[in-house]
Amino acid sequence: MSASIEKSGGFRAWLNKRLPVDQFVADQLTGYYAPKNFNIWYFFGSLALLMFVMQIVTGIFVTMHFKPGEATAFNSVQTMVREVPYMWLIQTMHAVGASFFFIVVYLHMARALMYGSYKAPREVLWVIGMLVYLALMAEAFMGYVLPYGNMSYWGAQVIINLFGTIPGIGPDLVEWIRGDYGIGDATLTRFFSLHAVALPFIIALLIGLHLVALRQVGSNNPDGIEIKAKLKPDGTPLDGIPFHPYYTLKDIVGVGLFLTLFAIVVFFIPTFGGLFMEAPNFEPANPVSTPEHIAPVWYFTPYYAILRAVPDQKIGALLMALSVAAFLFLPWLDRAQNKSIRYRGITSKLLLGTFFVTFVMLMWLGLKPADGIYVLLARIFTALYFGFFILLPFVSKADGNGPVPDRVTYHAH
Amino acid sequence: MSDHAADDTVPEVDESRRKFLIAATAGTGAVGAVLTAVPFVASWKPSESARAAGLPSEVDLSKIEPGQMATFFWRKQQIYVVKRTPEMLASLASHDGELKDAKSEESDQPAYARNESRALRPDVLVLIGTCTHLGCLPKPRFMPGDASVMANWPGGFFCPCHGSKFDLAGRVFQGSPASVNLKIPPYSFEGDNKLVIGVDTQPAKGVA
Ligand code: FES
Repeated sequence: MSASIEKSGGFRAWLNKRLPVDQFVADQLTGYYAPKNFNIWYFFGSLALLMFVMQIVTGIFVTMHFKPGEATAFNSVQTMVREVPYMWLIQTMHAVGASFFFIVVYLHMARALMYGSYKAPREVLWVIGMLVYLALMAEAFMGYVLPYGNMSYWGAQVIINLFGTIPGIGPDLVEWIRGDYGIGDATLTRFFSLHAVALPFIIALLIGLHLVALRQVGSNNPDGIEIKAKLKPDGTPLDGIPFHPYYTLKDIVGVGLFLTLFAIVVFFIPTFGGLFMEAPNFEPANPVSTPEHIAPVWYFTPYYAILRAVPDQKIGALLMALSVAAFLFLPWLDRAQNKSIRYRGITSKLLLGTFFVTFVMLMWLGLKPADGIYVLLARIFTALYFGFFILLPFVSKADGNGPVPDRVTYHAH
Repeated sequence: MSDHAADDTVPEVDESRRKFLIAATAGTGAVGAVLTAVPFVASWKPSESARAAGLPSEVDLSKIEPGQMATFFWRKQQIYVVKRTPEMLASLASHDGELKDAKSEESDQPAYARNESRALRPDVLVLIGTCTHLGCLPKPRFMPGDASVMANWPGGFFCPCHGSKFDLAGRVFQGSPASVNLKIPPYSFEGDNKLVIGVDTQPAKGVA
């Protein structure tokens, strides 16, 4: 590698001696071999990166017009959208972008669940990914509070009070988070700082680590077999192809399709029927009027449904925290030999299928009022949710050990 | 290590001394890091002006009709003040069995409000209007028998967020996600018609 770099003369050689650009491209892209059998599910990693960049860029511009504070936040958002050229577009991209980011992240996670991408040797990759998800949840929550609509206010009230359920330190902790006896100026300015500065840094760092870990262990694939096990004479994987140009080109197609959908939503259905932006948030925060029905944005509702399903506050909050944390333990709960669901038995397939349905059902239930049949359903699906994590060790051990193919299954198009 | 053949031999390493120095440096560094974190963590606590805005506030009770509720702000929280009628007070005795904490043993109130009516003066109910579940505003539903809230509803408060129900003393009904009664702030009276929220008359506060 270094020989070829030295041969090429001129500016490029001069630069490469000082900054290893060619080496970096070779390591990360042209010399990084990914399995050749990626399917549509493998779009979502690069799309998640795209959404991160989009949120940073649109966020920088929203920051230029946003004024954190009880008296100014709501009006500054309304003013930028109505009076500043094109901020209606940039602010909407930022708000809708949050939902699209989570759509992509959830599909990315679903892919990992299907193909066992969290299993050895990718445990650390998975855990870092989960940390990105947790940081994103904090980032999205604070971003939702900042425009200071009435749902921002009451959503923040409910979520911050969750910390009050921690025994002993709870009430002091809540006061410390808010910086006042209630949500106010102090809360908004610190949330702005965290949302615009601290968390983006942390998320960028974690995404970097996620990629470093990915390059170290290599991508999994729909067959869940390691391509590094079969090498060509030159030492590259027999079933691998260079990430660039093959997957960069494929990802561009994904980006094109994705941005088309994104643009349709941004231009024609930005509130998405109240899912991406909730009606009460078009009214300023009002501490004397709780909206008739409080629901967080859709990407938090599965956990919210679990919280509400429990008739005891402390246990509810505990189960909610557990339901998020449970994902962290997947690499050790799954005891199958095979990674991919393709080579697991029918019980495993049913278990995972039920889990996907459960997650979507809880998502829906979290948007519904907590009464009557919805409470009952939420309890049933909460049980099924935890049932997945409890049964997984047994089911995976029992029927995840059948034969797997020697080479990845691949049909040339 | 003790041969002197080569000039560049390193003198023998005193392992225990090295270990001690590493531990001492790391320990001092850790203490320093924690001490440095103190101002940053403390900067998130309520500011002096936020504290000043949390001083006691006074309420003129003569403006509230019997059977009605008025709300006030104290420490950014809504304070509910209800002038309870004799019928409302009588309703409190009927449903102890349906409450989670009928005697207010687990709940948060000044000692002088830990009684039958949860009040210093039975006719005046003072509550923090923050649902003890997750902080929404429970709505007054004072009409007894309102079946949209619950069968045999004695009158009280209903939280729209997750459906917690409280009686006319702020005591939580079983089946609510909230597990304790509505909180009662410290308060006192000056004369017959002046309520002061935020100051105790009696020094004792908290669980007796
Ligand atoms: S906040 Fe009142 S029931 Fe949850």
